[in-house]
Amino acid sequence: MVLLQIAEPGQSDAPHERRLAVGIDLGTTNSLVATVRSGMAVVLNDELGRSLLPSVVRYTGDGCEVGYEAQAHQTSDPRNTVVSVKRFMGRGLKDIAHRESMPYLFDDAPGMVRLHTAAGPKSPVEVSADILRALRERGEAALGGDLVGAVITVPAYFDDAQRQATKDAARLAGLNVLRLLNEPTAAAIAYGLDNAAEGVYAVYDLGGGTFDISILKLSRGVFEVLSTGGDSALGGDDFDQRIFCWIIEAAKLKPLSPQDARFILSRAREAKEYLTFHGAAPITARLSSGEVVDLTLTTEIFAEITRTLVTKTMQPVRKALRDAKLGVDDVNGVIMVGGATRMPQIQRAVGEFFKKEPLNNLDPDKVVALGAAKQANLLAGNRSADDWLLLDVIPLSLGLEMMGGLVEKIIPRNSTIPIARAQDFTTFRDGQTALAVHVVQGERELVTDCRSLARFELRGIPPMVAGAARIRVTFQVDADGLLSVSAREQTAGVEASVVVKPSYGLSDDEIAHMLKDSLEHSRDDAMRRALKEIQVEAQRLIEAVQSALKSDGELLADDERARIEAAIVALQAAALGENRRHITLAMDTLDADTKDFAARRMDKNIRRALAGRSVAEIAGEESQ
Amino acid sequence: MAGLADGAPGTWEPARDHFALFGLARDFRIDGRELDSRFRALQVEVHPDRFASAGDAERRRSLELATRVNEAYQTLKQPLARARYLIGLLGSDKDFAHDHTALPADFLIAQMELREAVADAAQARDLDQLDRLRDDLDRRLRAHYEELAAVLERAGSAAGEARAAELRAAEDRIRRLMFEEKLLADIGDAEEALDD
Repeated sequence: MVLLQIAEPGQSDAPHERRLAVGIDLGTTNSLVATVRSGMAVVLNDELGRSLLPSVVRYTGDGCEVGYEAQAHQTSDPRNTVVSVKRFMGRGLKDIAHRESMPYLFDDAPGMVRLHTAAGPKSPVEVSADILRALRERGEAALGGDLVGAVITVPAYFDDAQRQATKDAARLAGLNVLRLLNEPTAAAIAYGLDNAAEGVYAVYDLGGGTFDISILKLSRGVFEVLSTGGDSALGGDDFDQRIFCWIIEAAKLKPLSPQDARFILSRAREAKEYLTFHGAAPITARLSSGEVVDLTLTTEIFAEITRTLVTKTMQPVRKALRDAKLGVDDVNGVIMVGGATRMPQIQRAVGEFFKKEPLNNLDPDKVVALGAAKQANLLAGNRSADDWLLLDVIPLSLGLEMMGGLVEKIIPRNSTIPIARAQDFTTFRDGQTALAVHVVQGERELVTDCRSLARFELRGIPPMVAGAARIRVTFQVDADGLLSVSAREQTAGVEASVVVKPSYGLSDDEIAHMLKDSLEHSRDDAMRRALKEIQVEAQRLIEAVQSALKSDGELLADDERARIEAAIVALQAAALGENRRHITLAMDTLDADTKDFAARRMDKNIRRALAGRSVAEIAGEESQ
Repeated sequence: MAGLADGAPGTWEPARDHFALFGLARDFRIDGRELDSRFRALQVEVHPDRFASAGDAERRRSLELATRVNEAYQTLKQPLARARYLIGLLGSDKDFAHDHTALPADFLIAQMELREAVADAAQARDLDQLDRLRDDLDRRLRAHYEELAAVLERAGSAAGEARAAELRAAEDRIRRLMFEEKLLADIGDAEEALDD
């Protein structure tokens, strides 16, 4: 009888066995999965040898199809065939641009939209999970075992809600997320390691639906992101859309059925891809209405109708350079990422701006997945001699809502993560026992212009005079760029905390314009801010005087009291208006009218203190 | 550089001040390149990516330490933040910076005039004028940091009343620098707005 060998628990008979990990590029248009084999990063193909998985999911009565299979039905079954779901991640119905031209049945659910399909309502997280599941299965089949985990890439400019949604999708797909990695950073790893690059590099990443720019410093195995910027609602899809509109106009088409619209859109995309290698693209189609399209799109017309889109990408580029405190001449190379960077007008614009030929020696479709695979291999614990370290940043500032709807920035954009910042706050009213904490993300000064991330309450603060409580709010951003916030009252030790889950959000347009607006309106904001501040100040003064009247009113003669009350009413009226000078004057008047009163109260308090009575007794007396 | 020698989190003491953390002398004048390279060397030791497959406790500790190193680096890298931090170590009250009443009227008037000049140039979309204003201010800022460095050095080596006097002088300079840095940032924003 052959004895079976049994290894001790935790002791593998192959101690150097590699831990299986993959990198996943979850793209708007296409997704890929890659891994490291014998020290080389490789993209894993499907059984037909195809590396891309179209990010398309079709729901039928009895399940779902993912990839090419689903894509084949997008014209015949547009309502149940979901494309570009990445654009809906972490977004509410109001946030989605061009939704009227989309064939889906949307449902506005709290936090994120839902799509009604033949398989029931689906959230973007579920749709993304179906794509990730297909990639996980491909990875497991190719590697022959369960995965230790995956690195999943996200646009650098994704906010907290979009990152959280991506992580949720991975969990739903049964993937252990080793790290969410910014796409341009992943590309820099792939390029930097393969070319032993040193110095400052810019990564220009124009994907199907998102645009990122990152500036990195590469030195002796450390990849340090200096700044990042972008537009989470700008990509190759928008170029297709421009061609689509041009076709409708040039061919004078009547309003299209959803099927015809999808059909024309796919012709538009084919024309775009054709123009990468040709000077002109023929566009012919016969629609279900019987109308015939027969057009020629030249490179010149294409460049003309997309000029504003190209220009739109250059603004974040300039901003990222400024944030990194660098000039164009400091940049050693520009790494091009994303299929959309193949367009000649993009290559030309980037080359002219940086005054050097962009680096195109890596496949722009695969470079992100390859970089993610290398990072996954490292994080899974498969160490090699040439380990590297990645230092990334947060793309948008994080802050708190203050009195008057103003934002107090706690962590500024482009801070290296992980990072924590604490700030002390106090109570506004006497005896206040709870504090509402509202966490926001964005660059603008008013809460209403930023993205709301979470709200929570710190309760059980012992009653104290306004301004006496010491509440410390701590923000912690982890290495995935995800935020958690806690609040703690220092004297009583009461604590409340949340891992930030998106509550509701901004529209894509708002996100796209957030940084830009913040500058354009900075003067406007400053005025509004000054007004809000003085209104808050006025309110504080009114409450203080009212509380004094209540506790020590007997110190005043009737006419004195009447004058003070009149001054309060005048200030209340002024504070409702928008004239800062009026408010200041009314505050001064109230201040002057209460001067004697304040002196008398002070006397009273001193006498009471000299009488040797405890503060507790005094407080008890006052509350009666 | 004791912090680097023992490397592994757990044997490492994060409670020390930012300067000691990077093995630098407690001095306003620092070598930026040295700071950069020590920052990277420290992160190589403590960053969470190094402990991705470690136990919970180790991962938490790594997050804590990497956060601490980032915070220290951000503070020391920017001269104004570094000055405010250093003066705190030397015994200044944390809230001194908010006492704007301490600034003399002529300084405030000069600041106001500069602000108006910037606003006028922005209004007129005059990038060259903004550039000139920025270069001027930049030059003055650098001179002011040099002066501050000398004051902080004296404060560091003095004791008792002499130190207190030097600290008051440094506080005054820092308050002015806060105004000037803010103005410099505003010029940058104005230029950016014109550029877009």
